[in-house]
Amino acid sequence: MDFTLLINALIAGLLLGGFYAAVTVGISVAFGILDIVNIAHPGFIILGAYIAYIVNQSFGVDPILIAVVVLPAFYALGALTYQIYYLSFERYGQEALRGLAFFFGLLFVTEVALILVFGVDYRYVQADYIDRVFRFGPFAIPMRMLIPCVLSLLMVWLLHLYLSRTFTGRAIMAVSQDQQALRLMAVDPIRIKRIAFAVSIGTAALAGAFLIIIQPVEPSVGREFIGRVFAICVLGGLQSLPGTVIAALSLGVIESITTTYAGPSWAPAVAFGVLLLTLALRPAGLLGR
Amino acid sequence: MRTPIFFIVALLCGTAVFGAALWSGNDYIFYAGYVVLHFIVLATAWNILGGYCGYVNFGSAAFFAIGAYSTIALHKLGTNISRYFPDAIAPVAELIMPLPIPVLILIGGCIAGLVGLGTGYLTLRLRGAFFAIATLALAVVLQTLVVNWEFVGGARGAYVIAPQTLSIGNFELRYIHYLAFIMIVLVVIAITVARLIERSRLGYGFASIRDDELAAEACGVPTLRLKLIATTISGALMGMAGAPFPYYINYLDPASAFNLSYGVNSIAMPMIGGTTSWMGPLVGAIIIATLQQWMTVTFSSEWGVLFAGALLIIFVILAPKGIVGHAQDFLRRRRQQAGANR
Repeated sequence: MDFTLLINALIAGLLLGGFYAAVTVGISVAFGILDIVNIAHPGFIILGAYIAYIVNQSFGVDPILIAVVVLPAFYALGALTYQIYYLSFERYGQEALRGLAFFFGLLFVTEVALILVFGVDYRYVQADYIDRVFRFGPFAIPMRMLIPCVLSLLMVWLLHLYLSRTFTGRAIMAVSQDQQALRLMAVDPIRIKRIAFAVSIGTAALAGAFLIIIQPVEPSVGREFIGRVFAICVLGGLQSLPGTVIAALSLGVIESITTTYAGPSWAPAVAFGVLLLTLALRPAGLLGR
Repeated sequence: MRTPIFFIVALLCGTAVFGAALWSGNDYIFYAGYVVLHFIVLATAWNILGGYCGYVNFGSAAFFAIGAYSTIALHKLGTNISRYFPDAIAPVAELIMPLPIPVLILIGGCIAGLVGLGTGYLTLRLRGAFFAIATLALAVVLQTLVVNWEFVGGARGAYVIAPQTLSIGNFELRYIHYLAFIMIVLVVIAITVARLIERSRLGYGFASIRDDELAAEACGVPTLRLKLIATTISGALMGMAGAPFPYYINYLDPASAFNLSYGVNSIAMPMIGGTTSWMGPLVGAIIIATLQQWMTVTFSSEWGVLFAGALLIIFVILAPKGIVGHAQDFLRRRRQQAGANR
């Protein structure tokens, strides 16, 4: 076996995995903590990627900076989405069927609307670091992978601090365990859930910018991420952000090795295999309780 | 109405529609009608699991494509008998190949049903959401498998050239008429199955799962077994809807077999029509699919999908009972008022 090839595949996998952590962390909050099966999350990520693309093309602003600027807008969008979801479904206990159908509709409406506006051409962004590559002898670390990876991990770490140190963050963790108890503490669980869901959609703005730095994007790319994010989320043990990071890095490595040795057309199947194996062998995930 | 009588009446209605279409002499009706009909089967199939049991299947495209690709694989085997069969059984294969479409439908249905059973067995023991997620990912994975499977054409797709006409005895039938008629029979079968389930012990079991699974389990309803039955029947019907598709479209590639319109439509149609009775998917599918056909001709097929998706969102928020459910409520209220006035 070619040793250099393997090491390069490992490096690429870890970098990819770091980015997957940013994509998944929103699902870990929405699905893992709030029990909201937000399958439209990849749709929000693609939306973020397209916003980064539009502003980058028109004004040449760095995509990550754009994402930070539109983050409040995504936060508001998330709050609005949760409000609709709560008023229409969760309040009546209808989330299992109609709530899922609602998010499914959102996912495809976003995708088809983007297709109608931008077509199915691949779009990409420009920034001076995108083409640069670090080289250590035969090993290569492309900057377009490294920067999203590092910033993703930073974002997940900050979110972890937020959830474990601040009052609101702890309330978010509490709402997943016992809503009634939270109400007795004079905290409105609906408000807490709205904040948490808004935060989860906010991460999509950043994840979208990372995505379009890493690879060219077209509207249906989002669907490939559905299997991936839920596989990572379940493998990581749903609620645990450290678990999410470990699972994301593992899936990145497995996918990268599959791509290197079996061809890129097999990569999308890896996530599903991991998901099914996890559900069959250890539904609680790696770090699940 | 007893089930056999219902089946015969529905078949007569279908034949009447078919006769009217033949009488009009316009072949476009058959091409557009086929699409509407196979969406009725898909919507009805989805509703058996989604509407009756309350479990969402996002992977309709996967089950549909299983049916379609089983036909393609068998067609390929049938056209190269000397290459794929050993000499000993080649004459037998020569005799039965190419398989008639009803047999292909049965085979496609069986394979899709087994895949449904397998997916259900792995995920239905866990929380409800896992099944939905697994079916969503199933479509992506099966597409990956088909893209990498050279035998059925891989990413390039495969051609299945259907004959222009089909002769039964000395009677010549245009092939599209034959396909449309098969689809009508399939619609009648699907609706009859759905109606039968709705009125049987099985249906009441499904409804108890939908309303409160824990309570049902506590009352001794074998929930896992019932859910697996629903998944299998639903998947099999979707596979059956897909099996004749290659003969209709003549060229099939993974992108069109796994098209997102199947996933969206088979959820949107029952949700818009109403999920509690067999009439809902029928009404929803006829309205949505007909409008989509019109939109495909006038604008583009993307607008059709966007329309279905937007309507799905609007209906689940504002009219959760669907067209049929709200119409029934309206009629009941009118009847009560009439009773009060008398």
